[in-house]
Amino acid sequence: MCGIAGLIHRGKSSNVGSELQGMLQALKHRGEDSTGYALYGDTDGKNFIMRFKVGENVGEGSSSVMEDVSVYDERKKVVDQTLAEMGAKVVKEERTLPYSLRYEIDYNTKDLLDFSQRIESIPGVEILSMGKSLEVIKDLGNAKMVCDRYSLDKVVGTHAIGHARMATESGVDIKSAHPFWGYPFSDVSVVHNGQLTNYWNNRRVLENKGMRFMSECDSELIAVYLAEKMRDGATLEEGMKESLTGLDGVFTYFVATKDSLGMAKDTMAAKPLVLYESDDLVAMGSEEIAIRSVLPQEIDTYDPFDGEVKVWQI
Amino acid sequence: MANLKTVSKKSKAQSMGMHTEVLTGRTQQKFFNPDEAENFYYFGTYDVDFNKRTELDVKDMTAAEANKEIDNLMSQGYGTIVIKNPQGKHSLGVGILNKLNLIFEGSLGYFGMGSCDGPIVRINGRVGWSCAENLMAGKVVIEKNAGSCFGAAIRGGDLICKGSVGARTGIDMKGGTIIIGGDAGAFTGFMMQRGRIIILGDVGINLGDSMYDGTIFVGGEIGSYGSDAVDAELTDSDQDWLKRKLKVAEIGENFDVSKMKKIVAGKKLWNYDNLEPTEKKGAI
Repeated sequence: MCGIAGLIHRGKSSNVGSELQGMLQALKHRGEDSTGYALYGDTDGKNFIMRFKVGENVGEGSSSVMEDVSVYDERKKVVDQTLAEMGAKVVKEERTLPYSLRYEIDYNTKDLLDFSQRIESIPGVEILSMGKSLEVIKDLGNAKMVCDRYSLDKVVGTHAIGHARMATESGVDIKSAHPFWGYPFSDVSVVHNGQLTNYWNNRRVLENKGMRFMSECDSELIAVYLAEKMRDGATLEEGMKESLTGLDGVFTYFVATKDSLGMAKDTMAAKPLVLYESDDLVAMGSEEIAIRSVLPQEIDTYDPFDGEVKVWQI
Repeated sequence: MANLKTVSKKSKAQSMGMHTEVLTGRTQQKFFNPDEAENFYYFGTYDVDFNKRTELDVKDMTAAEANKEIDNLMSQGYGTIVIKNPQGKHSLGVGILNKLNLIFEGSLGYFGMGSCDGPIVRINGRVGWSCAENLMAGKVVIEKNAGSCFGAAIRGGDLICKGSVGARTGIDMKGGTIIIGGDAGAFTGFMMQRGRIIILGDVGINLGDSMYDGTIFVGGEIGSYGSDAVDAELTDSDQDWLKRKLKVAEIGENFDVSKMKKIVAGKKLWNYDNLEPTEKKGAI
């Protein structure tokens, strides 16, 4: 059992970091092994924002192997060197935790595949997100713990999705935590609640097509599946509709891009989702109490039906 | 089945599946004695006055605290309780085994009104998954939408949703009536064993999948039929019952019931009509 939540403000920005924290904290009973945020903040859109990790959080019940912090420093140096070799200029650098970094990068490219492959060829380094608006922040613990650790409550933006995880199919670590970046597409992220039963079959097919997996978490498949569809020319919504038959198992998932937010529910409707929709706000979560954390007044909500796909624009 | 009002006791027992078995054993020798006071005591119940009314704001309460306070109010004789600010909390109003007018001014989360026996409930909002699960008797009315597993395993009572409901409505239900004013999701009536479901709108795929018994009436379009679910003839008595039920439920009173589809189980299960020992005792 995991919990997912998302919201999108239409025509305005809001304090999405704080709002998503409230929604995910309301769902913490669904799992607090790890919590992840995909925040679409207000930026000038000039630079890429790269969130990446050079190691794992080895505390708080982690299943990761302990490493010396000096290893993280070494990996960071190699990342800096690789960026310089590619002509990518680091405009701003933040190192919130020894293993977690945020770079603003001045880099002129539309193809992030080569860029990402070179960065991730450095052992122990994983890009959590890459985009001009998207920032994926995920770590062990519940929503408030992660929010406080990364000071997310001040992030202002248009939309966000997040995930409160109870680890069942893979380890308690950051690499298996949601959201997953839609590698190598800028500003695409995915969160999922459920189990995918044709994970390995799909993974083999997609890896043979050159797609990349960083974890053994079945949910990562959704991000990779959609990325492959979009690489082949499908729109996000087309890819999501294809996923209803291409993915086997039970699932409700959210996917977000720079200017949109979508949801898909499997054909058995086995996983919960409650949705609130108005002219200026869409909020959804595994349980109504998540929505109530941002809309305490009486509102009209509903459960989307089986096999439904919906996409909203900012 | 024969008309039980006019047949002899022996025929009545036989028509209810008792023609091959003989009641034996100590447990079968204990019968209801109207002179014994304990037969009239129902654990967890109170004498309440419907005209004695109070309000309870549960905004800052946990579900356990709210439910305990409802029980406390019933013990003080309150027969009408209005719950303010439920705000989507889970498991509110569970385990009420009493006559009670209960009104929620807002929405409930998961498992609202679960395992109840007797209350009359109006929810002026929405309910989450598994509303009124295992309802034994009483009436629960939801003014807006409901989540999945609505009325799971109910044994009796009336469960009414004026909006739309999610998947697996009436899953494993063993009696009672579920009425839906809007649409219903996939696997409605999944493994239902007795009782009736009325859906005025459309219904999703696999309707009545693996149903043993019971009846489903659908006013709109059907996504697909599940295994063992088949159409049946809508009789005049069906239509009379539907009209009466919709009128009492204050929902779809002007609905043209003559155009509804009737769905029943198409397969007769082996030994399904044999009654449980306690049911046999009741038949006698």
